[in-house]
Amino acid sequence: MDWQKLILMRDELSLTVLLLLLLVLEIAMDSRRKHQLPTIALALFALHTALGFLPLASGHLFGGMFHTTPMLQLMKSILNIGLLLVLLQAHAYVRSEWVGRERITEFYFLLFSSLLGAYFMISAGDFLMFYLGLELASLPVAALAAYELSRQRSAEAGIKLVLSAALASGVLLLGISFLYATGGSMYFEDLQKGLSPNVLSVLGFLFFFSGLSFKISLVPFHFWTADVYEGAPISVTSYLSVVSKGAAVFVLGILLVQLFPLYADIWREILVVIAILTMTLGNLFALRQTNMKRFLAFSSIAQAGFILLGLLAGDSRGMTAVLYFVLIYAFSNLAAFGVVQAIALHTGKETMSEYEGLYRSNPRLSLVMLLAMFSLAGVPPVAGFFGKFFLFMSAAGAGYYGLVLVAVINVVISLYYYLLVIRAMFLRKSEQPIAHFVSDLPMRISLVLCVAGILFLGLYSPVYEWVLGLVL
Amino acid sequence: MDILTSLVVVPVLTVLALFFVKGLRQARAWAAIGTGIELLLAIWLTVWYLQLRGAGHTEEMLFMRDVLWFKSLNIHYAIGVDGISVALILLTAIVLFAGVFISWHMQELSKEFFISLIVLGTGVFGFFISLDLFTMFLFYELAVIPMYLLIGIWGTGPREYAAMKLTLMLMAGSAFLLVGILGLYFNSAPGGGQLTFNILEIARLDLPMNMQRFLFPLIFMGFGVLGALFPFHTWSPDGHASAPTAVSMLHAGVLMKLGGYGAFRVAMYLLPAAAAEMSWIFIILTAISVLYGAFGALRQTDLKYINAYSSVSHCGLVLFAVLMLNKTSFDGAVLQMLSHGLMTALFFALIGMLYERMHTRDIYKMGGLMKVLPVISSVYVIAGLASLGLPGLSGFVAEMTIFVGAFQHEDLFYRIAVIGSVSAIVVTAVYILRAVGIMLMGPLKNPAFADLPKAAWQERLGILLLLVPIAGMGLFPGWLSEMIMNSLDHIVAKF
Repeated sequence: MDWQKLILMRDELSLTVLLLLLLVLEIAMDSRRKHQLPTIALALFALHTALGFLPLASGHLFGGMFHTTPMLQLMKSILNIGLLLVLLQAHAYVRSEWVGRERITEFYFLLFSSLLGAYFMISAGDFLMFYLGLELASLPVAALAAYELSRQRSAEAGIKLVLSAALASGVLLLGISFLYATGGSMYFEDLQKGLSPNVLSVLGFLFFFSGLSFKISLVPFHFWTADVYEGAPISVTSYLSVVSKGAAVFVLGILLVQLFPLYADIWREILVVIAILTMTLGNLFALRQTNMKRFLAFSSIAQAGFILLGLLAGDSRGMTAVLYFVLIYAFSNLAAFGVVQAIALHTGKETMSEYEGLYRSNPRLSLVMLLAMFSLAGVPPVAGFFGKFFLFMSAAGAGYYGLVLVAVINVVISLYYYLLVIRAMFLRKSEQPIAHFVSDLPMRISLVLCVAGILFLGLYSPVYEWVLGLVL
Repeated sequence: MDILTSLVVVPVLTVLALFFVKGLRQARAWAAIGTGIELLLAIWLTVWYLQLRGAGHTEEMLFMRDVLWFKSLNIHYAIGVDGISVALILLTAIVLFAGVFISWHMQELSKEFFISLIVLGTGVFGFFISLDLFTMFLFYELAVIPMYLLIGIWGTGPREYAAMKLTLMLMAGSAFLLVGILGLYFNSAPGGGQLTFNILEIARLDLPMNMQRFLFPLIFMGFGVLGALFPFHTWSPDGHASAPTAVSMLHAGVLMKLGGYGAFRVAMYLLPAAAAEMSWIFIILTAISVLYGAFGALRQTDLKYINAYSSVSHCGLVLFAVLMLNKTSFDGAVLQMLSHGLMTALFFALIGMLYERMHTRDIYKMGGLMKVLPVISSVYVIAGLASLGLPGLSGFVAEMTIFVGAFQHEDLFYRIAVIGSVSAIVVTAVYILRAVGIMLMGPLKNPAFADLPKAAWQERLGILLLLVPIAGMGLFPGWLSEMIMNSLDHIVAKF
């Protein structure tokens, strides 16, 4: 084997090195200096993220089990950015007394492992690699959800995540075995030619699709989402809602086009139905939430429904819209989570009514939240508007005007509950508002980055062209 | 930078400057400077535009500029104006400038108030100069969203409810609009060329009839919501009644014109065949708007509600005129937009002043105010007379033109619709004179109101800014009408 070709696995290798370094540090470091670990991990990961932006050739390894293209590279970079923001926001949390010093390393170790799994999932060239990646991506997160050992809800979240992930994996494996049985191969390239539209392989596809839908928490596979999001530590929730979900969306987008072009008519119909269900139900559930984390959980379910519109067309334009949207969504959603995290960390408050009058005591934080809500709702001139508009555009280009109409009506419904947050912060006054506080430096950096992303990713058009150039 | 772009840049800079000021005094000073520059720009634009037209420039749009924005999607920042947009830009600048003076004592979160107000203004200016549907849509939503904060934070009465209702209904309208715009885009290259959002390019096409039938209702209704088209007008009375004074002024005076302008520029201009075929449905709806608004105003006792329903009626007349599909009525529609914009802004300003002094808007609690507040009261009478269409003031010019245009249709359906709408004028006279009679005439009803403070300088300035153009339009409508007429040829040619 040509060793030089291993450079194609640059990101995977660099992340593995990072993981090993963490282990070494864990052993070698004096336990009194462990509180520096978060900063070290953060710096290393920032380096890793920067490395991911260097150009890399396309190619494949291990007889086609692993392959990479500029588009896959971009997907990994988007996930990197998401995790980097999550880490910045988690910095103060990991160092707080909630978390013992001896457990700092595992937080980072588990997160990075999960990201490594997501990499392999995206780059997989056959089902074996894909499945390995998937498991590696989900199991560490389940452990992380239960990270706050002393809190019952956290443990509950962990169990729920493990169980639903196991169920999803089982269903997915069943689908894979059906596909293997009819297609005669585990390799995507062979399967693409080998699959035929018989009942068994269509069934296999359906099972496979359902398994993946769990990960994206599409309706009706979303039941675990709200409880897990609420129970898990906020950093883990933001990871789940941005990185984990983003990875699954990317994979779905790749595989639908790459593996199942024959079933395009079937999956288009399924996607239309599921998109409508996901948007509508996600929205309707979000309307009544009072806990901010649950609220963001349902909002992120609804957002996933919108993303499906970009997958419908199955062309590069649609894929660009999806990638572009996920990038923007990462910034917007993490801005919202960042504010929730900062407030929870400083005051322990998590419900919407406790946010009343926030603008008068913490104007900057409220403005960040305002922008995040507008971006999630898709209101111009912030980035979310462009992201949604291009998703709708790609669906309309494929002729799905009815679906687009349903989607835009859902945007209006979602605007209602995003405005509820703004109402609490700006319109209402409170007897006991959250006192003014200053959050830690990494949190502020992450919020500034998020705001910059929300403001400029849309208006500054070269970003879109850049994404398109890599997808083509 | 060209003059049209600076119309958008100046408010944006004003907003940025406002972020760094402290306190009411600085905030209002900066807001006044920013909107003042904007007004000067608008006047300069009007003069320059008239000069260019006078010098024989007959292009459809002047001051055109086109910058490619999203290259692969062919989205442009394309701008340009004709007489209609110039007139509406001037209207916006006047109302915005006056609005700042009317909000001179905005104590609570004053900086934020002016920021939101001017962001709204930015959206409106951007909307009127856009020639690219994407950009236009972006500015349209930008103009709607600040309303939520403006009404929600600084409003009165059931402000949270009103703010939410208004925002959601208007955004629902823009949802239809978005589908319509996408439909136009994907049908803009029948020969398989480059798809485009450019209005002028799409106008050159002859879109297939079945597509037009699908898109026209979406777009017309989408804009119609903002133009208070029955039955989508219900946001308007609640929204206007709860909004703070300057916001009511800007909203009824300017924002509702976005609906009329958009219906005209996008729905009618780009989809003429469907417009001609389906206009009857919307003529019925707008005629209902006109009558319903008038009768609604008749039943109200709250001044703001009276004026809000009257706005439904007058804006309904704009859409009604647009649907009459001939040059005279189009001219009337634009004149009505201007006239109503000035009038209603003046009304809301006066109502705001009265409310500030008496803390009530119920006409039955007032009475004999003419003696106590001579300036405000007499201007109220003048505005009322303009509203009911007295010759010499702006309302007459607009409504007369509309009905002359509308009466050119000879069949029974149109005649009935026109006669129905004309009769609303009578109702208008009734509710205006009734309010004036109860509120201003007679002996002073409430002795507590005997020594209310007189109009302050900034209030007088605000009034004057609106009153002068109302009278100007009524006495010298010629140049304005001509400016509009010149721009209508391209549009009328499609019918």
